[in-house]
Amino acid sequence: MNDELFQKMAQSILDGDSDLSAALAQQAIDAGVDPLEAINQGFVKGINTVGDSFSCGTAFLPELVMAGEAMKTAVAVLEPEMKRLGSQRQMFGKVVLATVQGDIHEIGKSLVGTILAASGFEVYDLGVDVATSRIIEKVKEVDADIVGLSALLTTTMVKQKEVIDELDKLGMRAKVKVMVGGAPVTREWVQRIEADGYSEDAIGAVAVAKQLMGAA
Amino acid sequence: MTKNIKSITNPKLRLEILTPAEVQRIHEATLWIIENVGVRFPSEKALDIWEAHGASVDREKQVVRARPELIEGALKHCPPTYTLAARDPSQDLPLDGNYVFLGTDGCGVEIIDIHTGIRRSTVLQDVADIARVADGTEEVAFHWVPVSAQDMPAATRGLHEIRAIWENTTKHVQTESIYNEREARAAVEMAALIAGGTAALRDRPLLSLMQCSASPLGHDGGSVEAALVAAEYGIPTGFMTMAANLTTGPATLAGNLAVGNAEVIAATALLQLAFPGAPVFYAAAQTASDLRTGAYTGGGPEDFLYGAATNVLADFYNIPLSMGSFATGAKEPNWQAGLENSLSTFMASVVMSDMLLGCGFLHGSRIWSFAEMMMDCEIFSIVHKMMQGIVVDDESLALETIAEVGPGGNFLKQKHTRQHMREVFLSDFMDRRTYNEWESKKDDARDWALTKACKRLAEHQPDPLDPQIRAELERILNLADSQSPAEG
Repeated sequence: MNDELFQKMAQSILDGDSDLSAALAQQAIDAGVDPLEAINQGFVKGINTVGDSFSCGTAFLPELVMAGEAMKTAVAVLEPEMKRLGSQRQMFGKVVLATVQGDIHEIGKSLVGTILAASGFEVYDLGVDVATSRIIEKVKEVDADIVGLSALLTTTMVKQKEVIDELDKLGMRAKVKVMVGGAPVTREWVQRIEADGYSEDAIGAVAVAKQLMGAA
Repeated sequence: MTKNIKSITNPKLRLEILTPAEVQRIHEATLWIIENVGVRFPSEKALDIWEAHGASVDREKQVVRARPELIEGALKHCPPTYTLAARDPSQDLPLDGNYVFLGTDGCGVEIIDIHTGIRRSTVLQDVADIARVADGTEEVAFHWVPVSAQDMPAATRGLHEIRAIWENTTKHVQTESIYNEREARAAVEMAALIAGGTAALRDRPLLSLMQCSASPLGHDGGSVEAALVAAEYGIPTGFMTMAANLTTGPATLAGNLAVGNAEVIAATALLQLAFPGAPVFYAAAQTASDLRTGAYTGGGPEDFLYGAATNVLADFYNIPLSMGSFATGAKEPNWQAGLENSLSTFMASVVMSDMLLGCGFLHGSRIWSFAEMMMDCEIFSIVHKMMQGIVVDDESLALETIAEVGPGGNFLKQKHTRQHMREVFLSDFMDRRTYNEWESKKDDARDWALTKACKRLAEHQPDPLDPQIRAELERILNLADSQSPAEG
């Protein structure tokens, strides 16, 4: 009986239609459908299909991002109901993302956030020009598994090291994996600052994050 | 004309990429964006200037909306032509629309080491070495900071970089790696020292500044404040948009041009509101993001079209243009590098972009290669040759000589041939050997280009800075190092 609804949900993700995915999520709540089932049987099916098409080269990045946004919107509608029922989605891990202090370049970091969220990570995006202290604070607050640091300038890249050093100083380094990214970031830099992972693009970042969580 | 500098001039080729009506539409779209959507200026100083001139300023979002009259009125103050001065005045570069000058690209983070061939992080010595090779290379008319001096403190890195270039060249220096007011003031002090005071510097700007926008529709606060310092001292300043289809701009070319134009025009207007008549230039390196990864591509048909279209816009505003060409996305000098760098440079040159950025990079302006630099210079030389077009007159029609040879002879021993043979392009790097000769050596352009660069690095001796000026520069840098904020 719910199959038709689930199918529509999947299709709304495939179409990247946030308005429709939100409406379908509400429809599920109104009809008393289990929100977790709606996510796993409906929306996730859509995101997986987009992911597969992307891997085959028949879908492109904008479609992936739109699917991710539609998914996010639908989950946001379902969240209060999940809370009420005391149910929880199985996630890969919690990720705090930020572009480091002194740097306002946003797009790469935001893209990583969208794709990670669509791939089953709980993402806390702190935005741009974020002080090290604020990043650390957030990591503590949400008990993050991964912190992702973006920088586009060689002069701000040093802040990636600062965050790592600070985590080290606070004795949190063993608990929190650090991923770094940005145009000037190279493998050598990653080794020098002893980050745990890096990717040259957003899609690659998902694989790295999953690997760091032991899920890949 | 200019000592040790080859430039494209008096072109014979033409290309109409946009009609006047289309340019007008892009201009109107740009004004609409600035008035209704706004442009972000995260600098209190910039916002104060906008507000003082009657723009609508959202302090919380740091977004400025300005009426078309304000923008158009401000732009009227832009000087249409001026000269980029060089330490050696015979290497001055007039930006008057009749020249295309090539610069080195910037600002990379890695280099293929010229001696070992191994890729590594860049240091100050690389900046100096590249400047020296460029000084001795006639295709290069001016310098950007080619690579980042990552062994220098981040807070004063931009100053160490321009000093290293000045010590190794007499050609004009344009920096794209100073993005805060503190460093900009020190850079002006350094330039004034070499020029012989701030009045002399205003008269002969030995330094120019390029700032990147933060697309879409934004700027970096530090960059804007650095540009305001430059404008105050009459140092030519440009804003470069890199708005890219799909990510930082719309998927369509016209829309992306409008977004980029709004960024550049708004910031240019700001400089004119603050310092009317300040020398400014338009800069752009627009591209399409990769459909699969979203990454900067550094080449492709969209790039090439932007290369030509942007100069039409800069001409519309009557200001010089610095256009991103070259900068291939290829990982090594190969088919892709040759293709992308040739077409982007041709398209930017055929419309007479005043400055071309620039030679020397692989992997989308990230990895410096001396071999690529030399091959890029040959691409520039080929375009230089093509831009001369085909001359048709009595001498070039050569009727007497044709009659002399008649059917079936050859032209090799003709005086006319001897007189004109050196007009035929002579390539340094194209493989025109016999097959057998190639087979016995199996070397190619990359090897020859590297050899040429090695020789130049070993042999070229630039005119050194006056020892007293060197000492003073040292003093300014030491002071800047000691006063700069602690390293992160």
